Amino acid sequence: MQDNLRASSYKQLEQKSKYTNMFLRWFLYFVLILFASYFIFPLYVMVVTSLKTMEEIRQGTLLTWPSSLNFDSWLVAWGGRGYGAGDTFLRPYFWNSIKMVVPAVFFSTFIGAMTGYVLTKWRFKGDQWVFLFLLFGCFIPFQAILLPMARTLGVLGISNSVIGLVLVHTVYGIPFTTLFFRNYYVSVPTELVKAARIDGAGFFKIFFKILLPISAPIIVVTVIWQFTQIWNDFLFGSTFSFGEAAPIQVALNNMVLSSTSVKEYNVDMASAIIAGIPTLIVYVLAGKYFIRGLTSGAVKG
Amino acid sequence: MKTLKIEELSKNFGSTEVLRKINLEIDEGNFLVLLGPSGCGKSTLLNIIAGLETINEGSVYIDDYNVSKVEPKDRNIAMVFQSYALYPSMNVRENMIFGLKQAKVSKEKIEEQLEKVSKFLQVDALLERKPSQLSGGQRQRVAIGRALVREPRIFLFDEPLSNLDAKLRVEMRREIKKLHQQLKTTVVYVTHDQTEAMSLGTKIAIMNHGVIQQNDTPENIYNKPSNTFVADFIGSPSMNLIKGKLSQDNDKIYFSTEGKNFNIPINNYNFDNTSQLDNKEVCFGIRPEHIYFKKSNENDFEITLRAELSEYIGHEQIMTFDYANQELLAKFPSTIKIELNKETKLYFDLTQISIFDSNTKERL
Amino acid sequence: MFKWLEKNLPKIVMAPAVGLIGWFVYGFVLWTLYISFTNSKILPKYELWGVGQYVKLWASRKWLISVDNLLVFTALFLIFCIVIGIILAIFLDQKIRAEGVLRTIYLYPMALSFIVTGTAWKWILNPSLGLQKMFIDWGFENFTFDWLVNREMAIYTIVIAGVWQSAGFVMALFLAGLRSVEDEIVKAAKIDGAGLFTVYWKILLPMMRPVFFTSFVILVHISIKSYDLIVALTQGGPGISTTMPALFMTQAAFHKSQVGLSAASAMMMFMAVAAVIIPYLYSELRRENAR
Repeated sequence: MQDNLRASSYKQLEQKSKYTNMFLRWFLYFVLILFASYFIFPLYVMVVTSLKTMEEIRQGTLLTWPSSLNFDSWLVAWGGRGYGAGDTFLRPYFWNSIKMVVPAVFFSTFIGAMTGYVLTKWRFKGDQWVFLFLLFGCFIPFQAILLPMARTLGVLGISNSVIGLVLVHTVYGIPFTTLFFRNYYVSVPTELVKAARIDGAGFFKIFFKILLPISAPIIVVTVIWQFTQIWNDFLFGSTFSFGEAAPIQVALNNMVLSSTSVKEYNVDMASAIIAGIPTLIVYVLAGKYFIRGLTSGAVKG
Repeated sequence: MKTLKIEELSKNFGSTEVLRKINLEIDEGNFLVLLGPSGCGKSTLLNIIAGLETINEGSVYIDDYNVSKVEPKDRNIAMVFQSYALYPSMNVRENMIFGLKQAKVSKEKIEEQLEKVSKFLQVDALLERKPSQLSGGQRQRVAIGRALVREPRIFLFDEPLSNLDAKLRVEMRREIKKLHQQLKTTVVYVTHDQTEAMSLGTKIAIMNHGVIQQNDTPENIYNKPSNTFVADFIGSPSMNLIKGKLSQDNDKIYFSTEGKNFNIPINNYNFDNTSQLDNKEVCFGIRPEHIYFKKSNENDFEITLRAELSEYIGHEQIMTFDYANQELLAKFPSTIKIELNKETKLYFDLTQISIFDSNTKERL
Repeated sequence: MFKWLEKNLPKIVMAPAVGLIGWFVYGFVLWTLYISFTNSKILPKYELWGVGQYVKLWASRKWLISVDNLLVFTALFLIFCIVIGIILAIFLDQKIRAEGVLRTIYLYPMALSFIVTGTAWKWILNPSLGLQKMFIDWGFENFTFDWLVNREMAIYTIVIAGVWQSAGFVMALFLAGLRSVEDEIVKAAKIDGAGLFTVYWKILLPMMRPVFFTSFVILVHISIKSYDLIVALTQGGPGISTTMPALFMTQAAFHKSQVGLSAASAMMMFMAVAAVIIPYLYSELRRENAR
């Protein structure tokens, strides 16, 4: 092993590693940018297509830049063409989604927080089983509950309504929100709660005055997660509603699939973008919380 | 030929200077301890020796070869980490021979080394186990084995005992010392624990703020600390540093403090420079172990002080005395009973004192 | 009375969650299970019929195609997502300058709904105006990319869109995993002389076994539930060449008035998911308790 240390071979070692390093570095960036284009490509195409006229679309290719930024398709996608029946556009369904998402996110988050609080700070025998019981709800394929839910909504008189969807999304959001809050509260030291109890604080006081103030990170993660899941839902929306009460993803799909005489791809793309913007904005602004929710909360069994 | 030489080494992390013009040399077979508080730069220095960190200025020589730009694997060094850093997905055998396989050593030689080292460290029964199935002490030994098996020129240890509980730490410390005595390898060892440093090292380099404060044998560091930092860092409890003034009267030099009229005669002290000592502001240093309750030597200086506090720590007690409104600690056997808040006679062993310049903090 | 209330307050607060899940999850699944053993057509009938629906199911050509498609899709989806995810994670772990930007780019598809994804890719893969036209206009005159309307190839378009949506997620998982490794291990490997490739292949990736399992479970789960993407991209076509179990279930219940059959297919999906999830949860919980 002594023989390794030769002055001249050092120079060679230095040189060789410098060149291989540079080559590797370039290769690295090349591959990363290649993949970045695979991921950006659809977004680029969507935006560019939505700004072209159908003429331009037929003449150019997916990548061609529009000759002028034509926002007509956006207006049509949002507000329609102005004639009566058969004209579907996104605006009413966008508001449906908002009316559905806000209460559903609120209720599921609140219930999840309280349940997570109880499961971690008010331990009792078998609380692990209760947690598992609830956790299971994260994993079931919703096909297994579509039929009975459809019947139940009918019986309750709220099928094909925004309220019905709020109920559905709240209920099936509970397993996830409970998971997030439980995992977060588990790492909050119990000493905090014990000290508060010694000071005489009761169940609700401890929650609102002690835990809630330090729950900001997990609330953000949960809200972002729920918002994204519910806004992006299609299965529940299409199964339990149709027509006027439909949420935006259902409306989008209907618009794209409806085969009126001429397919207007630019309107399709504009509609897709409109339907995707809210969650995209949330992601861009609060992305790291989104990722945190994905990688830690959702993953830890 | 020095096994390790470091010349004018400087290292910055951004705008922070972590190491400043470090100069260091070790002979073969020495056990050099880099000792200091957190942030003093000792781990950075170790990483630089290993080749895991880049250098801003200066050079590193191993066996007189300039290795400053050489990869770790070509430097002929091996390292033992604080967390042992054993590869979790491999068993003990694979962990230990990994480096040899990377160096494309022949199969026979690998087996030979493995057998030799694993028997020596008594881990041969553990070869098929995974790190997660080992105890802390066993993991330590495997980590050392992984380093030993490569027969490097220099062993680097980065606070290897910090993760162990107190009892295990003392045991492993002794094992490391025995290892060094048997193998006579060259070692650079980083720690913040001065007891470890004193018991293991043949040379200790105490560092603070990226500068080596003193590089010397443990005895010299203990008896002749080169500045107040070293005096304070070594020893438990640390050396007493009393502020006061020197007065020089012809050949006689005295130390005095405000408030009390003790004039401690300083004779037989090896001053660097005996001029300009009069009225010099100094710190008078004496270790708690060198303050006695009965006269032991001819030259012991008698002094009467009031006892304030007593801390019992088993076979010893640490007593705090009031010396002109400054605290003075002394260590006595716990069988001696000294009354608190009363004046007692104490005896300073004047052969064991240190005097430091109050401003430069350097030893005079 | 108040004392009782106070003592049991935690349980009372927990009751809504437990009750709702108990009813809407467990209760509903059991109902579906029951119905799968009846001969319900348009409306549920409650007299038991035995396993007739299951027999019918597995004799149905459409169901068999669904299952076959699911297997093909799942296999490809898994492989591509994991391979791409790992590659991206490893590359991003190399102290890249634009790491934040790149991460955002790889992950944003997860923020979109499957409908938006399907719509976009449907347009891109449009036989006359999409990729095919692009390459032809660029000079490759004989280039064809009509997979979307090709019975044999349509399933692969779903893989392309699905991987686009989910690979970033796998990357995020692996990146987090790689970053959680203490750097002393990498230092030790460097001293042992391992080159970059060896460090990843022999040391870091083997340490990522838990991440592999998690990715596997989550991806399989997403795959079995695939519905939105199929509806948006191909509607199960051309013909029924890209139909999947989830699609089969919905169509049987709401278009073919075969509630019993639909329930049976739903239960098959349920069992498939359970077969993957239950062992995973079991081993995870055991690990957590062992700590």
